[in-house]
Amino acid sequence: MGDSVIMKRVFALTIVAAAAAFAATAASAQTLNTVKSRGVLHCGANGTLAGFGLPDAQGAWTGLDVDFCRALAAAIFNDPAKIKFVPLTAKDRFTALQSGDVDVLARNTTWTSSRDTQLGLNFTGVNYYDGQGFMVRKALKVNSALELNDAAICVQQGTTTELNLADYFRANKMKLKTVTFASANEAVKAYDAGRCDAYTTDASGLYAERLRTVKPDDHIVLPEIISKEPLGPSARHGDDQWFDIVKWTHYAMVIAEELNVTKANVDEMVKSDNPEIKRLLGSEGKHGEALGLTNDWAYRIIKHLGNYGEIFEKNVGQASALKISRGLNALWTKGGLQYAPPIR
Amino acid sequence: MDTADTMPATARRAAEIAFVRAATEEPLPPPLTQSGAIGWIRENLFSTPLNIALTLVSIALIVWVMPPLIQYMFINAVWTGADRDACLVSIEHPVVGACWAFVRERFAYFIYGFYPISERWRVDAFLAMLVVGIVWLAWLRAPRRDIGAAYFFVVMPAVSYILLSGWPLIGLSKVETSFWGGLLVTVVVAAVGIVVSLPIGILLALGRRSQMPAVRLFSVIVIEFVRGVPLITVLFMASVMLPLFVPDTWSPDKLLRALVGVALFTSAYMAEVVRAGLQAIPKGQYEGAMAVGLGYWQMMRLIVLPQALRVTIPNIVNSYISLFKDTTLVFIVGIFDFLRTIEAARIDPKWATPTTSTTGYAFAAVFYFICCYLMSRYARNMEARLATGHKR
Repeated sequence: MGDSVIMKRVFALTIVAAAAAFAATAASAQTLNTVKSRGVLHCGANGTLAGFGLPDAQGAWTGLDVDFCRALAAAIFNDPAKIKFVPLTAKDRFTALQSGDVDVLARNTTWTSSRDTQLGLNFTGVNYYDGQGFMVRKALKVNSALELNDAAICVQQGTTTELNLADYFRANKMKLKTVTFASANEAVKAYDAGRCDAYTTDASGLYAERLRTVKPDDHIVLPEIISKEPLGPSARHGDDQWFDIVKWTHYAMVIAEELNVTKANVDEMVKSDNPEIKRLLGSEGKHGEALGLTNDWAYRIIKHLGNYGEIFEKNVGQASALKISRGLNALWTKGGLQYAPPIR
Repeated sequence: MDTADTMPATARRAAEIAFVRAATEEPLPPPLTQSGAIGWIRENLFSTPLNIALTLVSIALIVWVMPPLIQYMFINAVWTGADRDACLVSIEHPVVGACWAFVRERFAYFIYGFYPISERWRVDAFLAMLVVGIVWLAWLRAPRRDIGAAYFFVVMPAVSYILLSGWPLIGLSKVETSFWGGLLVTVVVAAVGIVVSLPIGILLALGRRSQMPAVRLFSVIVIEFVRGVPLITVLFMASVMLPLFVPDTWSPDKLLRALVGVALFTSAYMAEVVRAGLQAIPKGQYEGAMAVGLGYWQMMRLIVLPQALRVTIPNIVNSYISLFKDTTLVFIVGIFDFLRTIEAARIDPKWATPTTSTTGYAFAAVFYFICCYLMSRYARNMEARLATGHKR
């Protein structure tokens, strides 16, 4: 997400060295106990990404990743406000998790093999399937990215976005003319001023940037997604219990959506006869205690925050200014990829 | 007439001719081309061919830049509104300039950051105390400026710290520095940097010129090491690497780490500035001071430093201004200073319009310019007041 590639490598190396040296202290850490005795969850978040982590006019945090952390706090404390958000940049996010500055990292971080294996952290799931897309002018009458042969494309310099773009055009034997800019802001301005035919960045970002154009309705986002950017929260290596808690916080919200348990109806749903709902909300079985939490852990999440669909719509979906459609983030039953293992 | 009657006839004739002026004549005003507005313009704007060319170019620049700027910033600007719709191009607003409605809605966030709303009076109180302190010290005719100095350097930092971070014993709830943001952080970082860097800088400068090898070596190492790395690196190391090397419980506060980094960095630069002043003092001053029997510290305090600091005022203020702007770099460690809060706010889709970003940056530019210009003006005044012996 917009990092300089070189910086990434340099810091990855630094972090690997540091992680190796200090893995011993992290491994023995009982994160859940630390969090409980501290009384506050420390969540590493993005402070400057619309829909994922952004303060509002009152300085209150909003976003999909932010609500994920609140859900985790709700599961542990039955109070989503017992949380401290630590705004992290793309560069210091992994070290912050590694050093214990934050207990969980939910900062639109792409799950890749090297990050999962070398940085001393575990990705716990995917709370947003993102990918690189294109925005073009409607007037161009282009319906697919494959028709962009020889088009001038505005892109931010030194990002993975730029590399993906080159790969995609080469793979499809198309001619590429890139116009690069140091910041996303400049790239969008140039695209809007007509210097390029298309603008490319992660699809979630395209919707936000489209609002910044002079006439948002004149632009469309093309259906092609040319890269895989599964964004998800991560937890430190070496604490499997904590890893499970973070992982199942996301699953609980997805299962709740599958079962139509919402923030509004959760109190009635507790009395439901459906065994799956009973297991989710803790009226049957000891699934919460197995995690180290209380049995009503999932009830707390739904009661305070809502299910995955509700959080999605509120932060990035139709109820937000971004109006991103569910797409890949729809439930598996509705043609998307969001799927959770059963609670039993 | 009686006198005239008693005068001899020749004297009377002479008095009638009256060619000797009895009273001084009022001097004529200088010609119009030398005085008043025209004179000033001739003197300052059109005195030489080069000046004439420069003046014409400047006028052309102003004519070229100002009208669109005023159009954008004021005439076409949107002053009220609840969200982005107000700043979008519409039938009522065919041309939209700066979106000041956005700045108005986010103003509190730019000032306080994440500071809890119910506790924001504490930030107000802190800023009021700061203004009182600055006026007390900067205004020469203010009463009891000695108390003012004690207030500014001792009372205010202590009270501010208690006020801002809280003290549950006296009913002020604790507000962690992770909630601080916006103008508050910018002011705190700049103030700490400014107040701490001068004394440390002076000590390092004296150390570097010291006769004692250990002290000199230490000073040289500190100065050269800190000056040899970029501020971003200092901040990054302080924020990211430090926690890896110390136990979890001991890990110092994030803002504190940044403050230490900034203070250290500015001190190293300040040391070199002060050293330049020390070099400028003639050897005779040192020898004279020693000859009247002053010890090292007395000599420095009474003879050398007052002169050295006076000649370095422009450089000291230069460092301060550059420090004030460098405070924006703390964003690299995830601290939301004034500029960063504007950055975060401009990204919010609630206000996403083509002009939002420009408006935010324009607001930041105006703010930083006013602060830096005030510092610069104050320094000019102080120089003029102190440099009576060096004035040209």
